[in-house]
Formats: sequence, structure tokens, C-alpha cells
Amino acid sequence: MPIEFEAPKPITNAQFVLKTVAEEMMRPKSRYFDEHEHEIPWDYIEFMHNAMKAMGGSSLAPKENGNGNDTEKEKRPPIGYQLIAAQLEALSWGDVGMYHCLPGGGLGAAAVHSAGTAEQRAKFLSRFSGDKPTFAAMCITEAGAGSDNSAIRTRAVLDEKTNEWVINGEKIFVTGGDKSFTEYEKLGRGFIVVWASIDPSAGRAGMRAFVVEGGTPGVRVVKLEHKMGIRVSDTAAISLVDARVPFENIMGSPTVEKNMSGFKKAMATFDATRPLVAATGVGVARAALEFLKEKLAESGVQIRYGLPRQKLTSIERDVIDMEIQLRSAWLMVIKATWMADNKKPNALEASMSKVKSGDVTTRITQKVVEILGPLGYSREFLAEKWFRDAKITDIYEGTGQINRLVVARQILGYSGAELR
Amino acid sequence: MYSFDPTEEQQMLMDAVKKYAENDLRPAAHEAEETSELPKKLVNKGWELGLLQASIPESYGGFGERSAVTGALAIEEMAFGDLAGTLAVMTPSLFATPILLAGSEEQKKEYLPKIVAGEWSPFTAALIEYTFDFDPNELRTTATLQGDHYILNGEKAFVPFARGAESILVYANLDGQSQAFIVGKETEGLSIGEEREKLMSLNALQMYRVKLENVKVSVANRLGGASGCDFDMLLASMRIANAATAVGVANAAFEYSMNYAKEREAFGVKIAQKQAIAFMLAEMRTEIEAMRLLTWSAAWKLDQGREDAANEAYLASTGAADMAMMVTDRAVQILGGHGYIRDHPVEMWMRNGRGFAMFTGLAII
Repeated sequence: MPIEFEAPKPITNAQFVLKTVAEEMMRPKSRYFDEHEHEIPWDYIEFMHNAMKAMGGSSLAPKENGNGNDTEKEKRPPIGYQLIAAQLEALSWGDVGMYHCLPGGGLGAAAVHSAGTAEQRAKFLSRFSGDKPTFAAMCITEAGAGSDNSAIRTRAVLDEKTNEWVINGEKIFVTGGDKSFTEYEKLGRGFIVVWASIDPSAGRAGMRAFVVEGGTPGVRVVKLEHKMGIRVSDTAAISLVDARVPFENIMGSPTVEKNMSGFKKAMATFDATRPLVAATGVGVARAALEFLKEKLAESGVQIRYGLPRQKLTSIERDVIDMEIQLRSAWLMVIKATWMADNKKPNALEASMSKVKSGDVTTRITQKVVEILGPLGYSREFLAEKWFRDAKITDIYEGTGQINRLVVARQILGYSGAELR
Repeated sequence: MYSFDPTEEQQMLMDAVKKYAENDLRPAAHEAEETSELPKKLVNKGWELGLLQASIPESYGGFGERSAVTGALAIEEMAFGDLAGTLAVMTPSLFATPILLAGSEEQKKEYLPKIVAGEWSPFTAALIEYTFDFDPNELRTTATLQGDHYILNGEKAFVPFARGAESILVYANLDGQSQAFIVGKETEGLSIGEEREKLMSLNALQMYRVKLENVKVSVANRLGGASGCDFDMLLASMRIANAATAVGVANAAFEYSMNYAKEREAFGVKIAQKQAIAFMLAEMRTEIEAMRLLTWSAAWKLDQGREDAANEAYLASTGAADMAMMVTDRAVQILGGHGYIRDHPVEMWMRNGRGFAMFTGLAII
């Protein structure tokens, strides 16, 4: 296929449908759930679950054929990740916190999808098309281990008598952890993907991810965080005390290899998910920029495109610069997901898209509030909320800094030891 | 569908251009800049790669079809070698490409076969004017219809190879619209400056001021004839070329400074192993990618005849100019004192880098 920027039909269709969802189901509730932290948006969850079932989709992990409901899927190259990126961008334009409340596997399922075996995918991912909305979450971060996940202290020990893994540790910042683990009547049984070491002496090579089913004894949601933004999305602290997990729930090899292939396979999850998180940031930034342009138009301020910088007003210049950044950030998301769909190694592009989106999203939302002045700062409008929501884009799924490090190692050909 | 793979043909062209850029343009760039001379042989070799020829159909003496995407890919690779050399090689396009895209049948037949048939020959165009707020859509050079002629008045700046050019395509303001006029070298009222332009960079590229005093141009020599041309589309093609060359120069500076950082030691390690340097390089690479994709997207939209192509080309050109300034500045910074010394090319690229904010009109694809 030559270079082409024509959005495929399934993507434009999804964008069209989700814009309505965003306008009807998300925006009107944005403020309410921002001000009622930890309230679960049941109406929205149930609506989305039914809508997704009706559309035949159920999980954010791409279909095995990669083409969603496209009836001509056999003839086309896979667009699974590109489609998800477009969906996430559209939903995040509505409300990025509520996007996190979208039933389905989220990052947990994405991990199983990219690092799990075919059996594991069959076993763990089918639940998302069940009768009840179902969630899954990813548990990596610990109080003393963020980007440096080699510092993870959660341990998994094999009990050979029962052939179970026994996991002990404390996880924090688990997005959707409550809805994925806690048993709610309205939800199906979810799971959390817990990162733990099977051999602390092996460092990263000993790190593995385990699927821990919702309600597993010994596992408890101990806290829900109070956050700057994305308040409707629950962020859980989860404690695991002698939690027992079946042997086959480990992703990757149960033995430690010297070559770290197990760890690298698990890390490959991020190559798939980083551009998706970047896409959510682009959605928030687009919401803010479109709102700014609306408000400016209402006030009779026109943006005169095509003029040399010397003739532009400061506001025009800012708006045009924001459009350049937003548009190029989106193209980077598309390229990184296109590479994932086409099985091209995309560690560099995935991290670059995240670096760019983190920068662009925070800068645009900050600039929009600035330009709107009191209107931007007031809670009467959502611009100030998007400013708060946007900041997380540069933090979760790897901070802007750790992603710069990944990019730098990729372009320089350095190992973690050579560039710390 | 989205896709980011050049076709096999495009890849072959890019490889050929890259070879020329690395083996011919780059090694000659320093001396060319210092002496303000580009060897004719060097320019001819680049011309023989056939970038322009491949964009002109066989019926007009070429051997291909014009594609803005192909043009953007190729010109980025060439600018990776050297910007002044690239602009020199591509100068005849400044005249030929607008004729191809917007010329009347007679204009195409008269000029295209002649230009592509032989060696590189100086046909050029004059867009830029010497004013701080130059705006291609509000030209100060005027064209006024008088009977069956247009009368051109004004002054143009930064006109490549104006001295010795067979014909110059002069852009002028006709009733508030930018339009183009073919002006032959012997035309009365046309005067080319004696002295070459002296700029912050591009020493190797001969550029001149061009004065037009009551220059008479027949209606037949207005680009597109009596009905004129779609200037937005031509401007978009120039902006995409500007963006693509900016990406090429930025990429040259990025790569050079990265290789330097992998060699240079300080405090017992390579400086690339320091996050202060590594993060700069990561950001440079990221921003280059961002603007490359925006440039491709604008080019693709132009090829498809999309309504938003002109605006995307504007965004790409503006964004790539900023990016090139940032990246080339950082390249000099990474080399430190060595970056400031003219023995290394990064300071020249930094001088190039500032220019993309005003180079629209020096290249077209």
C-alpha cells in the first residue's frame, strides 16, 4: 500500500457514532461525575455495554482478525489498533474519565492480548462479550516502583503441591482496579493483571504478569485515590496477601531465562498501549481546542489561516500552532498503531507518539484556559476540567520522561545499562 | 486506509537521491558555502536523477506523473545532503512545475519539452519580496491589464539563478489575486540585480533581486492564459516543498549531532549516555517525525485534490519551520564549541534552519 491518509470506513463510522455517544451520554454528565468522585456512572456503563454488544464489539483488544465488524475484513489489511485509537480519541473528546469507565478489558485485556498465549486469550477475553459489563485492569506500579518496574517487590512463589502461584505485595494507581476486582452485582467477574517477580535475584528477567480473577481471596481494594482530574475513573490501591492463582495464569515462561525474553514480551504490551493512551490525550486536546475556537467565533474572533506569522495576532498564532501540534500528534498515533496492526516493530514510534501526545495535550489545554481567561478558569465550562484531565496523559502509561528514555535508547541503540 | 510505506518506485527514487545527497552534495556543501560556488557538474548530476523529469508526462517530454507525495519524499532526502545544492538542482522546477500544474496547453508545449530535454538550464521563478511581512497572498508587485497586455511593476527578492535565466515566472498581484506571468530574459523593463543576494546562509545558491518596470506581458504569457491559475494550489506545492526540505535539513542535523554524541566522551562516558543530551535527541527525533507525517499528509491531500490540502500545507510549512529551528539549534548545542566552528556542518544547518520561516517560494514539488 502506498502512503495514504484516507481513514478507513470502519474508523469514520466509529467516529460518527461515538461523537453522538460523547455528546449525548458523556458531556452532559462530565461535570456531575467530576464533582462526585468515586460515584460509578452506572447508566453510562450499562448503555455502553449494550451498545457495544449491539455493535458486536466488546473489548478494546482487537479482534483476532483485527477488523472489527467489517464485513469485507478478509480482503483488507488489519486495522484493529488503528480503530481502537480512533474510538478512544472520540470517547476522550467526550470525557476521558468516562472513557476509562468503558466496560471491556482495558489495559488488562490488552496485556493478555499481546503477551498471553492463544489459550489464555480464549480463557480470559471471552468474558467481555458476556451479559454483564465486565472490567479488567493492569497492576504494575508500587509505592516504590513506578517507571522503574525492576524495583517491583510483589512476589509470586509457586506452591508445587497445589500447582498455584502465591502472590504477596501492594499495588497502587490501578486504573479501574475497583470495577475490575470488586464484585458488584451489576458487573460480570473481571480480573486484574498483576506484575510480580518469580525470582528477585534475576531482576527484570524474573518479572512476570499474572491474571488474578476478581474476588480472589487475600486480595483487597484498600483505597481509592482522590485525583486532580479524571475523577470518575477509579484509581485503586490493591493489597495481595497470600493470594492464590492457578499455575496457567502466568503470562510468559514460568522459568527465568537469562535473555529476559519473558520480560521483554511483557513489556511489548506497552508498544501496543502507549499509542492508545496517546490517542486519549489527543481527544482531550481536541475537545479543548474546538471549544476555544467556538468561544472565539462567538466573540467574533476569526482565525486567519494562511497568513505569515508577522501578520497574525497572538491568539491566531497560538491557535494555529495548537492545530499543527494536535494534527501531527494524531498522525503519530495513527502511524504507531498502523505499525502494530501490520506487525512491524514499533517500540520507537509507540513511545514517540506518547511523548508527543503528553506534550501537546498538556500544552494545548493549558493554553486554552489561558486564552479563555475567566471563562477558561471557571467551572461553569469544561475547559478547566480538560486542563486537569489532560495532565495525566503525560504521566500514566509511562511518564514523558521514561518515554523519552525509551526513544533515546531506541535511536542510540543503547541498552538500559548504557543509558540509565 | 492509512498506510505509511512508500511504493517500491518511490523507495528506489529515494535511495538514488539519498546516494547523491550523501556521496555528492554533502561532501561538497562546506566548500560551496565558503566559496559561494556550486560546481556545475554537481548540479547536473542531481538534475540527472530526474526528479522533475519524472513528474512530467511523456507527451511533454518527461517520463512520469506528478505526485506531491513522491516529490516530498525525494526532496527531503536531497535536502538531507545540502539545502543550497538541493534548491539549485530543483530551480528549473520553480518554472516548470507551475506550468505543468496550471499552464495552458500552449505553455506546456512550448516550455516543458525544452526544459526536460537536456542538461540543467536556468529557468526560475520570483515570488518573495523584500519586506518584513511578506505575504504570498498580498503581493506588492502588481499586474494591470492594459488592452491585450499585462503591465508588471515591482521588485522581487531571493530569485535563484535570475541572472542568465531563460525565463522567469513572476508572481504579481492582479486585482487582489496572486497570479503568475512568464517573463523572458530579454523583456524590456526587466532588470536583474548586478550583485548576488547576501544572506545568512545559502551562499552557494545564486540569488538576485529582480526589478520590473512597466514590463509588458501578453495575455498568452499569463500562467494558464486569460483565465489564470489556481494560486492556492501552487502555494500549497511550495509550502510542502518548504516543509519537506526543512525536515531533511533537521534530520541531517539530528543525525550528525547524534553520531557526535555517541563518540564524544565527558566524565568517562559518551555524552549521549547523559540524559541531558539523550533527551534532547529523543525530542529532536520525535518532532522530526511529527512534521514529516504532517508534510506527507498535506502532500497526499494535495494529490487527492482535497479541499483542506492548502491549509494542511500551511500548517506543515509553519510547523516544520519551527521544528527545523529547534532541531538545528539543539544540534549545535550538542556539539558545544565544536558546533560553533564552521568545520562542522551543524552551524550551517542552524543558519538554514531559521530560513524555512521565509523560504516558501524557493522550491516547489
